[in-house]
Amino acid sequence: MPFDLTKDIDTEVMEINFGPHHPSTHGVFRFVAKLDGEVVVDIEPYIGYLHSGIEKIAETRRYLQFLPLVNRLDYTASLTYELCLCLALEKMMEIEVPERAQYIRIMLTELQRIATHLIFFGTTGLEAGAYTPFLYAFREREVILRLIEMTCGSRMTTNYFRVGGCKWDLPGGFEDLCRKFIKKFPKRLDEYDWLLSGNEIFRDRTIGVGRLDADLAINLGVSGPTLRGSGVRFDIRKAEPYSGYDRFDFDVPYGLNGDVYDRFMVRVKEMRQSLRIIEQALDGMPGGDHIAKVPKVLKPPPGELYYRNEGTRGEIGFYIVSDGSTMPYRLKIRGPSFSNLMSLRHMMVGHSIPDIVLIFGSIDICVGEVDR
Amino acid sequence: MIVQVLIVLLKLVIAIAFIMASALVLIYMLRKVMGHMQSRVGPNRVGPFGILQTVADASKLLFKEDIVPAKVDSWSWRIAPSVVLMASMASFSFIPFAKNLTMVNSNISLFFIFAMSSLTSVGVIMAGWSSNNKYSLIGGLRSAAQVLSYEVPLVLSTIGVVMMTGSLNLVDIVEKQKHLFNIFPQFLGFLIFMTAALAELNHTPFDISEAESELVSGFNTEYSAMRFAMFFLAEFFNVFVIAALGAVVFLGGWNPVFIPIPGFIWLIIKSYVLIFVIMWIRSTFPRFRADQLLNIGWKLLLPASLINIFGTGIVMLITRGGIS
Repeated sequence: MPFDLTKDIDTEVMEINFGPHHPSTHGVFRFVAKLDGEVVVDIEPYIGYLHSGIEKIAETRRYLQFLPLVNRLDYTASLTYELCLCLALEKMMEIEVPERAQYIRIMLTELQRIATHLIFFGTTGLEAGAYTPFLYAFREREVILRLIEMTCGSRMTTNYFRVGGCKWDLPGGFEDLCRKFIKKFPKRLDEYDWLLSGNEIFRDRTIGVGRLDADLAINLGVSGPTLRGSGVRFDIRKAEPYSGYDRFDFDVPYGLNGDVYDRFMVRVKEMRQSLRIIEQALDGMPGGDHIAKVPKVLKPPPGELYYRNEGTRGEIGFYIVSDGSTMPYRLKIRGPSFSNLMSLRHMMVGHSIPDIVLIFGSIDICVGEVDR
Repeated sequence: MIVQVLIVLLKLVIAIAFIMASALVLIYMLRKVMGHMQSRVGPNRVGPFGILQTVADASKLLFKEDIVPAKVDSWSWRIAPSVVLMASMASFSFIPFAKNLTMVNSNISLFFIFAMSSLTSVGVIMAGWSSNNKYSLIGGLRSAAQVLSYEVPLVLSTIGVVMMTGSLNLVDIVEKQKHLFNIFPQFLGFLIFMTAALAELNHTPFDISEAESELVSGFNTEYSAMRFAMFFLAEFFNVFVIAALGAVVFLGGWNPVFIPIPGFIWLIIKSYVLIFVIMWIRSTFPRFRADQLLNIGWKLLLPASLINIFGTGIVMLITRGGIS
């Protein structure tokens, strides 16, 4: 609950720096909090410590050359960015993607989604002061990363999706390992519910903290689990199905109060939904090619296109302006973390230091895509 | 005269050697216990099973450069670690290991231990304030609030035992438990004691004055080398002292449980059981928020301990016809 700041004694406002190197700011993000005692009066985020000029670089690279750079935006969920860029280019060039490639893409992206949400789960525990869930979450994430490494050859900066499909087919043995993971993971999730999300102290810490109303969230451009935590049932996978998501059966979890606990639970529940999608994809995996016939040099026709899909943290968007050459004329990236950050001040003011750390963790930013 | 001085010195050397050794054991134990609970192995490289890891770490800290930040309040900054360490060592000297095996046998030993352990937080506040660092300052202030609200239930939780024994002397308290350990009649008191002790020790779920995810490292952010090691050692001394105190007051001290082995070994075993519980809690729970912590202290633990005293008094009135 926000604290009451009625004055009965004279106090001075203290400014305190969180970041760029602070245990609670994931990556090099910095915000300055003005404190009255321990209560936050105002906060001011400073971004740009990880600026890499990636949008400008795009104008000097061919499309295929630019694809690996996209991985560096959200290094914990690189496949989602790859998918979005590939889908955007496919739409511009009107390339039909083989069904098998679509299934592989969805399966890997959902695996990636679980891995990213596991990091969120662990770090939220860390911010609440529980160290153990972090290590458990990373144990599960390791299994997923092994699967991704098996397929893509790399754990984090995958560079696997291509325009028209995937670089190569799924490796042998992938299905067995993946099924083993699907079988084991729900039990582990139950266990973690006992450990953290069902923990009385954790619930006391998070319920009612950092509320974000649905109207405000929409007006600020908040998206993804952070938006759904506020009770807005908007998921681009459902609203504008891409890459064949309409063939899969899954629910969109949402919260009611828009507090830290709801945002946390939305992500925990999303992990279970992602598991459902992966299982369906494994069961219905069609045969055929893994990549369509695509010209060696990509030359999208002149024109512009905004394409979006549901990343792990919210709406990922690529706005591509093509002049018909091999390189984009302009490429604008919408990183969900950047928009979600705008809600920070509205949620934090009136809370104390332990709460703002949790609130900051609950919007789950990745600094790579904030600064771009 | 000289003989007496020598005896005191010998006692001191033995005591310091013992607590240093037990601190090293505790650090190793914490790492191993938490490691296994967190599905990893803990230290296993230095020496057999990683036993020498803490020794290696301690010697590393000894040889590091002693950095004094430019704008600290020099005098109190330098003295703060010593205050903390001194307080925890002093309270250690009152723990009775066996009937004739105590450093100091005093009539107010229980009282003295509590007095000494609350001195620890004076050192913490000194460190937090003099560091000239905002994180440290907040850590120090939190520590002050925490000690104020938890010292009271911690002391009151043992009052029931003191009433039953009629003495503040720890040796008497243990002697009284020959047939029935205090944990059975005083179970509520034991629970309050353990909860308040966790707060007293700055341990999870009450570790708000260190709170690494919020305050980097709290009051000891600016400390390095041996000064940091002193804070670190004091923390583990305190764990041992509180666990030993719990074992003495509630678990029958050196009185054996079925197996007759020397009493002080029993005390150490009992203390380590309590320490294991503390470590278990540490690797399980998240942290409370400062205001929730104060609420629990004042609104839950304090009334509960008063009820405990009241109940003990009534039972004693009925069964014995008066307070012993």
